[in-house]
Amino acid sequence: MTRSTTDFASSAADLARDAAALAERAQALAAEAAAAAGPVAEVIEPFLFLFSIFLLACFVGYYVVWNVTPALHSPLMGVTNAISSVIVVGGLLAVGLAEDPLAKIFGFLAVLLASVNIFGGFLVTHRMLSMFRKKGS
Amino acid sequence: MGATLTTLAYLVASVCFIFALRGLSHPETSRQGNLLGMAGMAIAIIATLLRPGMGSYGGILFAIAIGGLIGAFVAQRIKMTALPQLVAAFHSLVGMAAVFVAAAALYSPQSFGIGTPGSIKTASLIEMSLGLAIGAITFSGSVIAFAKLQGVMSGKPIIFPNQHLLNLVLAILLVILVAVFVTTESPLLFWAIALLSLALGFLIIIPIGGADMPVVISMLNSYSGWAACGIGFTVGNLMLIIAGALVGASGAILSYIMCKGMNRSILNVLLGGFGTDASGATAVGATGDRAVRAGAAEDAAFIMRNASKVIVVPGYGMAVAQAQHAVREMADLLKKEGVEVRYAIHPVAGRMPGHMNVLLAEANVPYDEVFELEEINNEFSTADAVYVIGANDVTNPAAKTDPKSPIYGMPILEVDKAKTVLFVKRSLASGYAGVENELFYRPNTMMLFGDAKKMTEEIVQALGH
Repeated sequence: MTRSTTDFASSAADLARDAAALAERAQALAAEAAAAAGPVAEVIEPFLFLFSIFLLACFVGYYVVWNVTPALHSPLMGVTNAISSVIVVGGLLAVGLAEDPLAKIFGFLAVLLASVNIFGGFLVTHRMLSMFRKKGS
Repeated sequence: MGATLTTLAYLVASVCFIFALRGLSHPETSRQGNLLGMAGMAIAIIATLLRPGMGSYGGILFAIAIGGLIGAFVAQRIKMTALPQLVAAFHSLVGMAAVFVAAAALYSPQSFGIGTPGSIKTASLIEMSLGLAIGAITFSGSVIAFAKLQGVMSGKPIIFPNQHLLNLVLAILLVILVAVFVTTESPLLFWAIALLSLALGFLIIIPIGGADMPVVISMLNSYSGWAACGIGFTVGNLMLIIAGALVGASGAILSYIMCKGMNRSILNVLLGGFGTDASGATAVGATGDRAVRAGAAEDAAFIMRNASKVIVVPGYGMAVAQAQHAVREMADLLKKEGVEVRYAIHPVAGRMPGHMNVLLAEANVPYDEVFELEEINNEFSTADAVYVIGANDVTNPAAKTDPKSPIYGMPILEVDKAKTVLFVKRSLASGYAGVENELFYRPNTMMLFGDAKKMTEEIVQALGH
């Protein structure tokens, strides 16, 4: 126990040092970038924009899911399953916007499969959750 | 609906999804959370349908209606014991849908604003390959997990020489294919990546044994989220990225919790083969003629009726035997006699996270009588009797005492601290880990040999008299 704690502490110290070094470099880079860009506002690289959202969503997911009570881990799988089928949006865009017949067919299949999952996932979760009752109710 | 409004709707849907997960922190708020999840999904779909230029509504509604009917039908009909395979099947659908969306983006990139056929942006091609590969791995991996859970395929790990080397070679080949695809944008290579990823998903899951399925299912859950994320990056869609990240994080945390419940690293689980080599080495040893105390249903009924506190420890065997209703009947009769009954659940009991809680809830066991390992482990010393039904390895004291045991270090339910341990089991065979359970030979253990359901029903009868 103590050994793993000290290991952990030393690795944390290492991490902190690394982070400090990174911060310094980031500052230097930012100064450089500001000098290069001058007064004109820069357009953010779209990937960076999406990636920031992705990273923040990961953190939100992390903290929210740790709060889920272990008794409801099966419903959690059910509901995340349904949520991941939001991929239906991609299929919808393909069917609705594409000209290419092949793309339309793939979109159609994606919508079909994802719909099985949306309805199945939310309903089976609902079934599970409606069984969890308190004493005397 | 303009782009700003669509994005705003996606944001609202994402917040709904976050609250859906948040609601699961307590059974009271969970139903409302699930409704919010449905609302979020409806908002996401409607906002997409209202985007400018959208057409083919007939085809879309047809696909949603057919898919929705199948999904709703299956969800209503499925038995709660078959939940793990259902979830595995659902994961495979998300994986396949990701593959199809990636293909649609390849053949009609202008629909997603990522270029024209033959000149798709390089970044989008990389993201497309990622979404495609993860989707295909999720699909074939989930199909194997489904087959193992459904019993179509043996739950035993399938192992052959140089297995890991083969996987490594295939993974390297996959990276090379992706690199070539990104530079050439050849549809042929796209499908080669799909095929190779399917093979890889298949090969990754076959060496993993049945009882490691909680980890596998959680992992595939996570993959399905990352697949949605990959597609989200490809088509530059916020909704897919946010929802995918939430699901990916959730599955990753569940995998971590399951691994910790077995005191094994994720790598150890993935490399597979657990429980096969160990059974040969340790199971047959000094088993010989050590004495066990066997009892009948009447003895068990007598002991439990005269107890003031009984703790029930259910495991996968209870699910297989469908004994949860009989167990609740038994608990009801005991409660009538003034006995305090509680349930103790090990994190990896069953074939998916939280499986036992759902089965007990199905049998009308109130959730405030069901406790997790950390909550109840101190209480075993105050229990007069423990009723172990369908669990084995998670009660094995060797996990604490024998450093040579394969399960050493795994957190266990300390049932051996109770006054009497009633252990329902068909035979003295070892559990999944192939380790003999020391508990069977303890003087305070009474073995109840027989089918979990039949034995419990006999006890119910004996209690009724």
